[in-house]
Amino acid sequence: MAKAHESRRKERLDRGVKVRSDGVYAVASWREMAFLLGPRLLLIAGLMVMPLVLWPAPYWQKVLTIICIYSLLAIGFDFLAHYVGLVSLGGALYIGVGAYISALLNTEMGLPLWATIPLATVLGGMVCTVLLWPCLPLRGVYFAIVSLMFPLLAARLIEAFDIFGGTDGIMGLDGFPNKWSEMYVLIICLLLALFALRRLVNEDVGLVFRGVKDNDQSVKASGIDITRYKALGVFIASSLGCLGGACLAHIYMWAGISQFALDFSIIPIAATVVGGGGTLAGPVIGCLILVPISELLRDFGTLRIAVYALILMAFIVFKSEGLMSYGARKYNQFEHWVEI
Amino acid sequence: MAGEPILSVRDVNKTFGGVKALTEVSFNLMPGNILGVIGPNGSGKTTLVNVITGFVKADSGQVLYKGKDLVGTAPHKIADRGLTRTFQVMRPYYSLPAYKNLIVPLFSPRARRTGGWRGGGRMGSRDTVAVDILEEIGFERESYVPYKTASSLPTGYLKRLELARCLALRPEIIICDEVFSGLSMSEMASMVPLMEKLQMEGITLIMVEHRLRELFRLANRVMVLNFGAKIAEGVPVEVMADKQVKEAYFGSEEVFSYV
Repeated sequence: MAKAHESRRKERLDRGVKVRSDGVYAVASWREMAFLLGPRLLLIAGLMVMPLVLWPAPYWQKVLTIICIYSLLAIGFDFLAHYVGLVSLGGALYIGVGAYISALLNTEMGLPLWATIPLATVLGGMVCTVLLWPCLPLRGVYFAIVSLMFPLLAARLIEAFDIFGGTDGIMGLDGFPNKWSEMYVLIICLLLALFALRRLVNEDVGLVFRGVKDNDQSVKASGIDITRYKALGVFIASSLGCLGGACLAHIYMWAGISQFALDFSIIPIAATVVGGGGTLAGPVIGCLILVPISELLRDFGTLRIAVYALILMAFIVFKSEGLMSYGARKYNQFEHWVEI
Repeated sequence: MAGEPILSVRDVNKTFGGVKALTEVSFNLMPGNILGVIGPNGSGKTTLVNVITGFVKADSGQVLYKGKDLVGTAPHKIADRGLTRTFQVMRPYYSLPAYKNLIVPLFSPRARRTGGWRGGGRMGSRDTVAVDILEEIGFERESYVPYKTASSLPTGYLKRLELARCLALRPEIIICDEVFSGLSMSEMASMVPLMEKLQMEGITLIMVEHRLRELFRLANRVMVLNFGAKIAEGVPVEVMADKQVKEAYFGSEEVFSYV
C-alpha cells in the first residue's frame, strides 16, 4: 500500500468555473448539459418512480407521503434559515394551521379536497405570517424561541377552550380518492416547490432575501423595507408547511392537536443538518434518510430519540457541511490517480 | 447664500444613557456642496450620520430634508427619498460577488423609479447596470467576476462598493462615513477625483473623515464636532485657523502644521 503511494498520487481537477457559476448556462456541449441535468433528472425520476418501486410495501408507501410532508417543511426551514436569516422552529405551527384550516373548510363548508388544499396553503400562509409578524424584528435564536412557542400555545389553547373539536380534533374529512393520488400530489408539489425556490433564490428578488440575511442594515440603507421581505419569506415557508399540513389532514381524514407536535419542528432541522443547509435539495435528501430511520426505530420506543441524537451528532462532527454540499463538491471535482 | 438648503439640521440632541452624544447640533447643507465633518474619536460624528439617516432617533430637534422633517422616519424610507449613506464598518453582502451586491439596491423601489445612477429611463438588465456603476467607480474587471465573492475583496474595493450601493439608488445626498480610512495612499489618491466627479454630477456630499489633508482639499465647508457639540463651522481655511479647533482637536500647532 505504501509503495503504491510512492509511485502514484491523487490529482484533483476542478470542472470549469463556467459550468458551475450561477447564471451562466453551459449549453456548449451535450456533456456539459448532461453534467448539469444529471443530478436534477436523477432526483425527479427517482421520486416519481419511488411509489411504483414500493408497490409491494403499502406501509412504506405511506412513509413516502410522510417523507414528502417533512421535506416540504424542511425546504421551507432551509429557505428561511439560510436565505432570509430567520431560524424558525414553527414547523409544527404551519402543519397544524394547514391541517385545521383544510379540515374546517372541508367539514364545515363542505368544500371538496381539491379546493381545500390550495385554500389552506394560501390562507394558512397568511395566518402564520400574521401570527409571526410581531416577531419579525427579532433575529437568530430569539426568533427561533418565539416561533417555537406558537405551536405549543396553539395546542394548549385548543385544548383549554375546547374549540375545533378540542382534544378529539376534527374527524370525518374527505380522504384522497386513492393512495396513488396521495403520493403523486405530494411528490409533484414537493418537486415544484423545490425547483421554484431554487430559482427564486437566484433571481434578483432572491438576492434581496440573501441580502437581508447577510446584512439587514445594508438592505435598509438601500431603501428596502426588510420587514416586508422577512414577512414574504415567512409566508413562502409557512405556505409550504400548510400545504403539507392540509395533505396530512386529508390523508388521516382527521385534524387534531397532535399535528402541533414538536416532531414537525425538529425533524426538518435535523434533515437540514444531515442534507446540508443552504442547498434546498439537501433537506429533501435528509428527510429521505431520517424519516425511514425514524420508522425503522419505532419498535425501540423512546430509544429512537437516542439513536436520532447519535446520528445528528455524528453528522455535525464528521460531515458538518451536510451530504448535499459534500456530494456537490465531489461531483464538481474529478479525483484520479496519476503516475509520478 | 443663494437658494434653500437641501438639508437643514436644527438643534439635534441625542443621549445614550448618561452620555450626551449630540448637543444642539445645527447646520445647513447647500445643494451641490461638500460638507466635511471632523472631530476627535467619540465626538458624535457617526451618531450624527445615524440620526440624519434614521438609524438612530434623535431625542429632540429637526432634520429637515427639502423642507420635511425626517426625525422618526424609517431608514429605508429616508434612503428611498434619496438621502443615502455609507457605513464606516463596511457592510457588503459577503457571500455575493461585487456586482450581485448592487442588485439589492437596484431592486429597491427608488432605483426602479429612477433607473439607477446610469440607468437612464428604463433599466436594462440589472446586472449590466451594476457592472456599469462598478466600472465607473473604479472596479477592475477581475474584482467583480462571478466567482469572486465580496469577502475576498480588499478594503479599498469594499469602500467603493459602499459608495456604489448609494449610487445605485441615484441619490441626491450621500453621507460618507469615513470612506478614506483604512485605505493605502494610492487607493486614496484615486478616491479623491472620484468624490470630485460625484460632486460635478450634482450629488451633495457630507464627508465624515479623519483624513484632513484630502478632506480640506475637497470640502466646500467644514464642521467640527467635539464632545457632541459643534465648535466651529466655515470654509476650510477659516476652520484651520480657528483657535478653539486647534486646541480641542489638534492639541498643538506643530501637529496641525502637518495638514
